[in-house]
Amino acid sequence: MELLINGTTVQLSNNITTVSDVIDYFIPDRPAVVVEHNGNILTKENHSTVNVKDGDKIELVNFVGGG
Amino acid sequence: MEQRYSRQTLFSPIGTDGQRKLQHAHILIIGAGALGTSTAEMFTRAGAGKITIADRDYVEWSNLQRQQLYTEEDAQNRLPKAIALKEKLEAINQDVRIKAHVTDVTPWNLEELIGGVDLMLDATDNFEIRMIMNDISQKHNIPWIYGAVVGSYGISYTIIPGETPCLHCMMEQVPLGGLTCDTAGIISPIVQLVTAHQGAEALKILTGNRDALRENLVSFDLWSNQHSSIDVQMLKNDNCSSCGASPSYPFLDYQNQTRTAVLCGRDTVQIRPSSTRKPDLKRTAEDLSPLGEVEQNPFLLSFSTGANRLVLFQDGRVLVHGTSDIAEARSLYHRYFG
Repeated sequence: MELLINGTTVQLSNNITTVSDVIDYFIPDRPAVVVEHNGNILTKENHSTVNVKDGDKIELVNFVGGG
Repeated sequence: MEQRYSRQTLFSPIGTDGQRKLQHAHILIIGAGALGTSTAEMFTRAGAGKITIADRDYVEWSNLQRQQLYTEEDAQNRLPKAIALKEKLEAINQDVRIKAHVTDVTPWNLEELIGGVDLMLDATDNFEIRMIMNDISQKHNIPWIYGAVVGSYGISYTIIPGETPCLHCMMEQVPLGGLTCDTAGIISPIVQLVTAHQGAEALKILTGNRDALRENLVSFDLWSNQHSSIDVQMLKNDNCSSCGASPSYPFLDYQNQTRTAVLCGRDTVQIRPSSTRKPDLKRTAEDLSPLGEVEQNPFLLSFSTGANRLVLFQDGRVLVHGTSDIAEARSLYHRYFG
């Protein structure tokens, strides 16, 4: 499956089916993440219910704490 | 002297009117590390009226790679950052009033620091203080600009009370753990990119150009060449306890503060975070193992570095051995546990 993640085309295995799987793949164990899926901001509850498909555009923003 | 701000007033959205507004503005910068030194220099040169800086730390050699204005002499003398920064800024522009506070910022002293402030700039290194800033911002209707960096990655968002979602809407809870500059490192260019965004947004607010604000949450990775800019307005939550219809400002509540206690005669400080923070011992051990000796059992993790040993328990409590100084212990705690 090919996804556009933060502007970069990424090939992922077909085991990845939901937005939650995408987050786990890129940002494991990092609880504070905001996700935009095909132009729509998702609430946290929707991360595990929204499915991803070939060609989807996803923006992943990870809240970090350093400064 | 009259020419001092000419290139800034020639920029038509600012002009002489914007410059006059800036010269009456009071900015509070929390943290005087990489982000804080950068924005403080920016607004000292730009001619802000007053800049208040609060920081609990002193200058160390490992800061000099990216924390601008600090010198080898500051590191040798272990000068408090707020004091060292004030000296440098006053040499740059004597017309800007610089107030330095060497202090660990809490809800109680922030209530005092916020008096007369027009804008808060985030230059902190942990989410606990950011959530306190977020609640203070909502309570006193003062905007603040979130900025954070780790590795080659940075993020920023401008929070306007009553208009945008707040940090609590976006994060829901304070994460414990995660990488910090002391575990994952940090390169200087990402600092400058984040402070460029914070600084531009601050200029817009302070010169009366709110219409030009960016609105989007932005993030960048300068190493993997990725960037993101997303509209998060729909995350504004009317039930948010920080910015919703009936706010209770939970992060200003004593019950939700990290509690510290010096354990008498043991050269140890105990740090007990608020109950919502539960650590992942396994991941924390992985993050810390390159930096010192890590031992782990099912109940706790012990991490030794230099003269200190930090013990993290499953309930989130930490014992910092090798010091009886609460500020030093809190600094070590946030350095290694985020």
